[in-house]
Amino acid sequence: MKFSEAWLREFVNPDVDTATLAEQLTMAGLEVESIEPVAGAFSGVVVARVISVSPHPNAEKLSVCQVFDGEQTMQVVCGAPNVRDGLITAFARVGAVLPGEFKIKKAKLRGEESNGMLCSEDELAVGEDTSGIIELDAELSIGADLRAELQLDDVSIDCDLTPNRGDCFSLTGIARETGVLNNLSVQLPECVAVPALVDDVFPVRVEDFSGCPRYLGRVIRNIDAGKRAPLWMREKLRRCGLRSIDPVVDITNYVMLELGQPMHAFDLAQLHDEIIVRKARGDERLTMLDGSDLALDSNTLLIADAKGPVAIAGVMGGEHSGINSKTTDVFLECAFFATLPIAGTARSYGLHTDASLRYERGVDHQLQRKAVERATALLIEIVGGAPGPIVDTYDADSLPQPVVCRLRFNRLTRLVGMEIPESDVLTILERLGLVVTDKQANDVDGVIWTVDVPSHRFDIALEEDLVEEICRIYGYNNIPNTAPVTHLQLSQVVLEATPSQRIKHLLADLGYQEVITYSFVEPVMMDLLSPENTTESIQLTNPMSVDQSVMRVNLLPGLIKCQLDNANRQQSRIRVFEIGLCFISGASSAITDLDQRLTLGGLLWGERNEESWHAKAELSDYYDLKGDVEQVLELTGHSGVEFRVTKDAVLHPGQSADIYENGKKLGRMGRLHPEIEQRLEIRSAVYVFELYVDPLLVHAHVTHGEISRYPSVRRDLSLLVGREVALAKLESIVRRHAGAFLTNFRVFDVYHGEGIDSTAKSVAVGLTFQHPSRTLTELEINDCVDTAVQALEADIGARLR
Amino acid sequence: MQTLEQISKEAQLAVEQASELRALDDVRVRFLGKKGLLTAQLKSLGKLSAEERPKAGAAINVAKQTLQALIEARQSSLNKDQLAEQLASETLDITLPGRRGNQGGLHPVTQTLDRISDIFRGAGYEVVDGPEIEDDYHNFEALNIPAHHPARAMHDTFYLNTGYLLRTHTSPVQVRVMEARKPPLRLICPGRVYRRDSDITHSAMFHQVEGLVVDEGISFADLKGTVAEFLQKFFEKELEVRFRPSYFPFTEPSAEVDVQCVHCLGKGCRVCSQTGWLEVMGCGMVHPNVLKMSGIDSEQYQGFAFGMGGDRLATLIYEIPDLRMLFENDVRFLSQFN
Repeated sequence: MKFSEAWLREFVNPDVDTATLAEQLTMAGLEVESIEPVAGAFSGVVVARVISVSPHPNAEKLSVCQVFDGEQTMQVVCGAPNVRDGLITAFARVGAVLPGEFKIKKAKLRGEESNGMLCSEDELAVGEDTSGIIELDAELSIGADLRAELQLDDVSIDCDLTPNRGDCFSLTGIARETGVLNNLSVQLPECVAVPALVDDVFPVRVEDFSGCPRYLGRVIRNIDAGKRAPLWMREKLRRCGLRSIDPVVDITNYVMLELGQPMHAFDLAQLHDEIIVRKARGDERLTMLDGSDLALDSNTLLIADAKGPVAIAGVMGGEHSGINSKTTDVFLECAFFATLPIAGTARSYGLHTDASLRYERGVDHQLQRKAVERATALLIEIVGGAPGPIVDTYDADSLPQPVVCRLRFNRLTRLVGMEIPESDVLTILERLGLVVTDKQANDVDGVIWTVDVPSHRFDIALEEDLVEEICRIYGYNNIPNTAPVTHLQLSQVVLEATPSQRIKHLLADLGYQEVITYSFVEPVMMDLLSPENTTESIQLTNPMSVDQSVMRVNLLPGLIKCQLDNANRQQSRIRVFEIGLCFISGASSAITDLDQRLTLGGLLWGERNEESWHAKAELSDYYDLKGDVEQVLELTGHSGVEFRVTKDAVLHPGQSADIYENGKKLGRMGRLHPEIEQRLEIRSAVYVFELYVDPLLVHAHVTHGEISRYPSVRRDLSLLVGREVALAKLESIVRRHAGAFLTNFRVFDVYHGEGIDSTAKSVAVGLTFQHPSRTLTELEINDCVDTAVQALEADIGARLR
Repeated sequence: MQTLEQISKEAQLAVEQASELRALDDVRVRFLGKKGLLTAQLKSLGKLSAEERPKAGAAINVAKQTLQALIEARQSSLNKDQLAEQLASETLDITLPGRRGNQGGLHPVTQTLDRISDIFRGAGYEVVDGPEIEDDYHNFEALNIPAHHPARAMHDTFYLNTGYLLRTHTSPVQVRVMEARKPPLRLICPGRVYRRDSDITHSAMFHQVEGLVVDEGISFADLKGTVAEFLQKFFEKELEVRFRPSYFPFTEPSAEVDVQCVHCLGKGCRVCSQTGWLEVMGCGMVHPNVLKMSGIDSEQYQGFAFGMGGDRLATLIYEIPDLRMLFENDVRFLSQFN
């Protein structure tokens, strides 16, 4: 709500400066967003009359004018197309200073003397019009200082209103609030009933009282729509952020600003038979005042006549029935529409107007008659005309019912956390226009007041609403700050749980940088990076852009975008991770079937270590990735997982694994498929992993196991096996056959190449044996090793080297 | 034959001249060994008379002890020299960088959310989370925001083809907890939220931290105290905090919280748009309709709730000029906060 401070002060004039007034409003919940002067800084500009205009002898576009400034007549050269004999305009005398420190001096323009300057709105920063000089009203006194004459030492204050304070979308509302805050009474605009001068009425039929509980109409005949709204009105509109359009619209807008009641004026000649307030029917269309042609859906509340729609109720009128300069008879509409239908309608058509804004936030249902009378009076004053009687169509049951609230003193005290004295409470209620009609008391509640809520405070319905009002006016910052007194409870710290923060810290210590990437990603990237068998990703119906239009099913799109972006920023070594939700749709679209899966993803690319004096920078490989994954698994108590060869289409078929624990998939890891790397133009191998976090965060209960005090013995074996034999296979054979006292299995060399059959590789393993309660003998150990070697020979054709 | 005196003198000289441990040992053997010169002197005692013997014996022993002490002193000195030499030869350029992996780090938003959680955890709040894809009921209706409520326009909601939406705030978690549990409740809920909005202070995805306390006798003064204390603990400064009446459908009374600008301490600067204040959170007393809808008796219990922007607090505390930088994931930017 943007308003002129000077206009506000016509209603209530507290003895505080602009900054204090703004502070008061802000601290009362009407947050002042901006305070702008209504005119630029200028001086020496007066109201003047153009006496005569003659063409400039040497310049086609200039005129030489004689201008009377109240004291003398002087010659002024002017380039405005609208300069003409008799025009009252703004004249900057020699010595005047215009906005931007522009000093007016005596000058010669193309050989003709010019003693000052005639000014446009733009030149004085009192508007945006640059097309010509200002046209002032004839009533202004020639020679008067323009600033004083137009009250230009005023500011426009813009308040950001919260959705509940629809009552403040008018000067009346702001004035009431200002009055409450300064304990002053408010002089509200007079709305005197204007008697009918003609009998004409236009019939109104309301079919939908739930959407339109009340509709007032009035015919006004013989207006002069060719006139212009007076300057004072246009100035007020401008200072409240509205453009002047035509006198009738200006007047309805003026009343809306003044009282908060939106109105609409129809050209009576364009209306047929009757006004019908009804829902739209199938395939109706309406061309709106803004020129847009809308197909109306059946939920839309319309103002129609016998031939069809003429306006969308509470939003905007139709073009055809609108006022124009030839209009002579007007049908004035002033309705009370229900809040919700208007909000829905405005949003569904994207038509947010000054009227719809007010209706959707709420309008005082007792305001309509006042507004019609006020508008009628202004119309007659400005464009003339003869009013008919007001036709008031309403349904009492559909209108808001009077609200009565109770307020319990003890409840107030408990909610606020301090005792606001009874007398203060009563004063605040009174200032707000909340009328106490009854007072009782009991032991539990203390005093109980019954309070009538005035119709303009349609936001108040509950006791809590009254509590808020009392706090607001008492001053939030006059309420003490206290610490809650509550019951101390201990929290359960789960024994077998790892906090996810711990995993983050481990990865950070392993050199990974945590990133936060968008949960919605580009569909092309998501498709490219989803394994073939995943379900379709969930789409946003109203994304900001295509590249944020589907919900991620895994973390790869975000991580890979990080790689691409950071490689572009000349980083040669990237390790990043993210923990976040992935969204995997289930059997049905029901939210209960949707898997919002907390996932840990990591990416590593580029050098294993930074180039250094002790080590060359080498590229990372699969085993760097695997080591880091293993550390996460070990940290969380899941080192017993199984790494299975995977057919994941996103990953390199020979350098990737699915991670399983007890038959359940825990995640996947590996090099990105080279085809994908190529498509994304990534120069070298990218390694990624994804682990499902929830199963990681719990682990089996750990208890103490005896530590042997007896010596352990290690035996090393150098084995030749087929190139394709997986170490896991070899290890499982050894573990199965080397007996119960094998305590450690370690691979310390893997070699293939020169000196070895090309289909074979050499694997060197170290086996450690230890008995819990005695020293093992050579013979026992040899037996174990021999058994294992024999099993290796039998199962995988291994040979000792 | 040499006199004891001569031998002693010779031995002393030899000790002095021994320039390394082995040579010193040779000296010891030559004089004190089994066949050493001083040892030989002892053997010659037998040739002396019984009267002369004790005196001569004592003199030899003194000479032996003196030499022993000399050798030990020399040995210790030689040891020192040798050690010094060894140490000198082992000296490294201690300024060369160490051999190590690289340190990564946590995102500044994570650090901020963790710190906020820790501040509240210390007072017995429990940290909870909830789904990011929500239904209309939990995101809006249960929070007293029915369909077409004008407050919905404040939310710029992202909708999904499945008929659900991306939560616009962390408040649905409150609802879910209140539905499942009985008061007393003290919760803190950090998490991602989504709104169709992007500029220097807004991102379409951002983080909120929601707080909720429900118990008997919880008051607006308690809310004020908690929020003000939190802000002072968070910014580690005795900043002024003010509460402005505001409106949220799920709280009544509602307040917007301003903290004195952390950058200029209220003088007015670019960060606070010259106002001296920073708007950092919304809060209020839980609306009785919200309590009722979640099955809590609003006559018996009162509660307060607050919600703040985790990203905004991160940008303030780390002096980050543009909130969107938090989601560009430039590792050069992120690693500053490790």
